[in-house]
Amino acid sequence: MATSAQELIASDIHAYLAQHERKEILKFLTCGSVDDGKSTLIGRLLHDSKMIYEDQLDAIVRDSKTTGTQRGGVDYALLTDGLQAEREQGITIDVAYRYFSTTKRKFIIADTPGHEQYTRNMATGASTCDLAVILIDARRGVLPQTRRHTYIARLLGIRHLVAAVNKMDTVDYDEGVFDAIRADYFAFTSKLGIDEMHFIPISALHGDNVVEQSPNMPWYQGATLMHLLENVQVAADKDIEHFRLPVQVVNRPDPSFRGYSGSVAGGVVRSGDEVVVVPSGRRSTVDRIVTMDGDLDEAFAPMAVTLTLTDDVDVSRGDVLAAPGGLPYIADRLDAMVVWMADDALVPGRQYIVKHGTRQVVGHAATLRYRVDVNTLQHEAATQLELNEIGRVEVALTESIAFDAYGANRDLGSLIFIDRISNVTVGAGMAFDPGGSIAQAAWDRTPHGELHAAVSRVAADERAARLGQHPVTVLLTGLAKVGKTVIAHAVERKLFDAGGLATVLDGQSFRLGMSRDLGFSPEERSENIRRAAETARLINDAGLICLTSFVAPEEAVRERARRAIGEDRFLEVYLTAPLAVLKDRDEDGLYAAAERGEAPHVPGVTEDFDEPVAPDLTLETERLGVDACAERIIELLRGKDFIN
Amino acid sequence: MPGYTLTHLKQLEAESIHIIREVAAEFERPVLLYSIGKDSSVLLHLARKAFYPGRLPFPLLHVDTTWKFRDMIAFRDRIARELDLDLIVYTNEEGRAANVTPFTYGSRKYTDIMKTQALKDALDKYGFDACFGGARRDEEKSRAKERVYSVRDRNHRWDPKSQRPELWNLYNGRINPGEEVRVFPLSNWTELDVWQYVYLENIEIVPLYLAAERPVVERDGTLIMVDDDRMELEPGEEPTMRSVRFRTLGCYPLSGAIESEAATLPEIIQEMLIATHSERQGRVIDYDTSGSMEQKKREGYF
Repeated sequence: MATSAQELIASDIHAYLAQHERKEILKFLTCGSVDDGKSTLIGRLLHDSKMIYEDQLDAIVRDSKTTGTQRGGVDYALLTDGLQAEREQGITIDVAYRYFSTTKRKFIIADTPGHEQYTRNMATGASTCDLAVILIDARRGVLPQTRRHTYIARLLGIRHLVAAVNKMDTVDYDEGVFDAIRADYFAFTSKLGIDEMHFIPISALHGDNVVEQSPNMPWYQGATLMHLLENVQVAADKDIEHFRLPVQVVNRPDPSFRGYSGSVAGGVVRSGDEVVVVPSGRRSTVDRIVTMDGDLDEAFAPMAVTLTLTDDVDVSRGDVLAAPGGLPYIADRLDAMVVWMADDALVPGRQYIVKHGTRQVVGHAATLRYRVDVNTLQHEAATQLELNEIGRVEVALTESIAFDAYGANRDLGSLIFIDRISNVTVGAGMAFDPGGSIAQAAWDRTPHGELHAAVSRVAADERAARLGQHPVTVLLTGLAKVGKTVIAHAVERKLFDAGGLATVLDGQSFRLGMSRDLGFSPEERSENIRRAAETARLINDAGLICLTSFVAPEEAVRERARRAIGEDRFLEVYLTAPLAVLKDRDEDGLYAAAERGEAPHVPGVTEDFDEPVAPDLTLETERLGVDACAERIIELLRGKDFIN
Repeated sequence: MPGYTLTHLKQLEAESIHIIREVAAEFERPVLLYSIGKDSSVLLHLARKAFYPGRLPFPLLHVDTTWKFRDMIAFRDRIARELDLDLIVYTNEEGRAANVTPFTYGSRKYTDIMKTQALKDALDKYGFDACFGGARRDEEKSRAKERVYSVRDRNHRWDPKSQRPELWNLYNGRINPGEEVRVFPLSNWTELDVWQYVYLENIEIVPLYLAAERPVVERDGTLIMVDDDRMELEPGEEPTMRSVRFRTLGCYPLSGAIESEAATLPEIIQEMLIATHSERQGRVIDYDTSGSMEQKKREGYF
């Protein structure tokens, strides 16, 4: 606390309290490893803001002599080290929260230590913070871990970063060192989309530019760390457009009162506003905003209130009250960036309890799309997510939830994974905007407007009688160059010659027209298959057999195609051949490019190909040859009575 | 658009209410551990706000060691009556029968039997699966890492290794039968926040927090109030009337008073801000060894 505050406390406590009453909270994160001087910085902030009581200081001075690392001096780091065992090991092992206050703000520091559990702890600490202080040792500059910390802070939605270049005293307060680090770090952070970035040269040990402007660095004219913390504006980060209130409790003390209690998670609500109950979609109007201090005219995040509605609509815990116009997404599948926090890896298919907002539903990872190397930020293929790994996961839930993209709303965009047996929190997820993930949006999107499918006046069995066949879609799936399209055309010819009628949808032709807007990312591949499935369905509706040849590397996507077309008229044929054979056939150089790292999305090389779990037929194309493969497919169709 | 921001106290209040509602919704038998102190009073106030206009959907539990200040008991009973609360008072009757007092067994053993063991017995007897406590992270260094939901095993013990990461406001309240969660809605409050909130919200507190003339003896450098005639005076000890108040309230023979003239809340806050000693120093039980609070937590005391 500054001296002026101390004076005010002594002379006019009422004035001080009035001032204190108007403070707001800033929650921030400090990131750095043991040697970066993080604990020293926090100790310095607490000490210089007079938050250390005398008895604590006595203990520290005493402990500094036995365990301290600052020979002779006071080791401020001891102030922030907590648990006994940790102190003996000389490290801190979890997120610790520190509190201090100045005349302007109350601060909550999430202090996360830098060692192997770092990703998990930092994600935990960052989840509630608005700002991160990234410590960089002036002697060592920007390290891989600096980039890692920055990436995780950004991933968790922190929009304000302060790079504190510490230990400036050890480089003679050299401006050149500071400038070089700034340039190096800026080159990296400019790619991450950070709203606000500050650089400050400090010495936590000596207090330079922490609270007081440093006399040792006259070349630095910017704000001290404390000045920045006191003045940075984070209020604008909040979404005040889209009202959301996840219902925690239905408050029903007697038959005359029925209120819905919860914390506003975004936007502003006023009495008289229309609200939608999500996911049921029922509408009503806010009657009162009830609190023990009296009814309010309006409420906004993060206020905890109780709303009453003018209609007797059905609302339960887990529902979200939202403003019409900009509703949250409703889906039982979503893509999320997941930080894994348990020794047992995240394995696609294994079930977890997913807690989101005020709901708990059972869910599993349907697809692990990629893992992020936190040092290089490269995406890489992975079959599971280990402790402290981060990856993009398609989450499948047993019930639909109402969610927002994490970037738009932290409360509605965050979820945790809970182990069903141990009950431990094993992972944390941040939802992507499904609009950004084309695949997600289109498969699950509810069509706009009041639409009805018209019914044809020609019945399916009339068509079957005329054509002598029952329509079916055959998906020929397999890696590039395995022979999908050639075999599809061979089947088409054989069917035609036998009096049947079939048509081929092949991946390349399809991409020349219908999907010319799509690339080869997993999302775009998925959307390509969705369009193909819808097209095949129309072809089948016309009575024709549809032979489709697509790589379709994801089991989950093939499964969706099956559901879109109809279980009873979908057959999956898996074509395989040794990868070496496929590479031999690689006239257009696709595999070669993948191996050079120039083609990022080549299943079998740079991306996984999920082998079909239960194909109707598996054919080794190299061994059998085209004609035999086509004959086996004809046999399959005959065996299933699609043709005679 | 105006800036839709809350003051820090309103923000803390909202966060605490969120936690209290979440516990009430997800647990079968929650209970509020009511110590009659200022933190408990704030906690109770927040719980009432959470369910207004309804009643509290859970009871209060007071573990009565039989050595609380008389003013505390009178306050407790009046508040329970006036606010229409379900109050459960639990005393370790075995301990009482064996005459376990701070004088006969020493502070550590007495606290273990009459407080820690009594609490565990009460939790077992009533089958509570979630207990609200008023502890704050700023009280003591080892508490800085305490979760809002602190999971306890079947023996009510805290294991630092089994604590769960807490992200956002997504609290994980899933437990196996027999386990319980201690919930600390005031985790992010500081002592100053609590006092200021008491002041702003006009929350009633036990008068012992305010300075008044009280009979005290000085023992090992600590001022102990002679609250009733069970207090065994040592040779040469003579109670004297001094203007004192208490920064924390517990069992009167274990609660050190401080000399003070602060008879109003602003005066207390003023003294506190100028003070150079941290809050728990008033409690005798902390003096055992450095890190003793950590030890007590593992044993099942808060």
